[in-house]
Amino acid sequence: MYGKKVRLRIIFIISLLTTIILSIYIILKLLEDDVVYFKSPTEIKLSQEKITKKIRVGGMVKKNSVILENEKILFIITDFRNEINVIFAGTIPNLFQEEKGVVAEGVLEDKNLFIADKILAKHDENYMPPEVKESLEQK
Amino acid sequence: MLSIITEKSKKILISSRFRNLIFILFLICLSVGLFEALILSPQDYLQSDSVRIMYVHVPSAWISLGIFSIIAFLSLGVLIFKNKNFVLISKSLAPSGFIFNLIALVTGSIWGKPTWGTWWAWDPRITSMLVLFLFYFLYLLSWKIFEKNKAITISSYISIIGVINVPIIKYSVDWWATLHQPSSINVLSESTIHSSMLIPLFLMTASFALFSILIFLMKYNVELIKVKNKGLDRI
Repeated sequence: MYGKKVRLRIIFIISLLTTIILSIYIILKLLEDDVVYFKSPTEIKLSQEKITKKIRVGGMVKKNSVILENEKILFIITDFRNEINVIFAGTIPNLFQEEKGVVAEGVLEDKNLFIADKILAKHDENYMPPEVKESLEQK
Repeated sequence: MLSIITEKSKKILISSRFRNLIFILFLICLSVGLFEALILSPQDYLQSDSVRIMYVHVPSAWISLGIFSIIAFLSLGVLIFKNKNFVLISKSLAPSGFIFNLIALVTGSIWGKPTWGTWWAWDPRITSMLVLFLFYFLYLLSWKIFEKNKAITISSYISIIGVINVPIIKYSVDWWATLHQPSSINVLSESTIHSSMLIPLFLMTASFALFSILIFLMKYNVELIKVKNKGLDRI
């Protein structure tokens, strides 16, 4: 149907793309630990070796877990299977709330205690006016 | 037959009448969209007024992804079939895609500070969007530094290699744990954005798309005049 040159060009571009896609796939797979922005409490619990470098832990702030104690804030991050205690001293973002997403950056003291030096609030994909939220809660 | 159709459609495309029509549609869409986005649409229950940044951020991101995909698709035609018209179309499309990519990054940063508590995060979605920005930059730069025939080939390769990044951007929020929220609007499931907020979102998307078409038509016209003046049949 097409000339020989056109066919060769098609083969060249398909091979080029395949090569690059495979390379990117391999790189991303190898670096998966660093590509993810944060780890969940379960992933930390399951990790075999001791994590000493700076990491981020993310999940939900557990209900009724936030305690304010002389300029420190203590709370629990949960992924509804496992949880981890977090200590943080500093300013928290406005959207930090119980039962909302959070990402804490810092170091792991042990498998149950995380010392954060930065807290980020994670926003979920739900957008709605306040009235709708209220009527949802009443249901 | 086909060439007659393309000649005719080209004439319509570069006519000032068509351009004015797009411009008027753009003005209507933008003014209604802005009025909806800034005044009529409600606050968010959590973010209050900063939700309004979304009406610029999300449409810009969509448009920049869409334009890059179109450029890559046309570039395939350029590389395989040596289609000269596709060269001009993709070259004229690139600037508005580049600008909307920049707008998406900047507005995202402005939204991130009050919401997340940071201007920037090396999160997969944000980083892959930055990579797309760099590809746009390379694409535009390649037209400036290489001589004509080389520029056509190099820019086309840049765009079809860069388009690999587009599905990565789209699915980054599903594949990895990201700070960026997953998409709220999906084809298969119900949107998690309340309908009162969808109206301004779609109006703003329409107006940004019309704006891109307008800039495209102007650029395309200039490119055609350049070709004509230089008396070049080949580009």
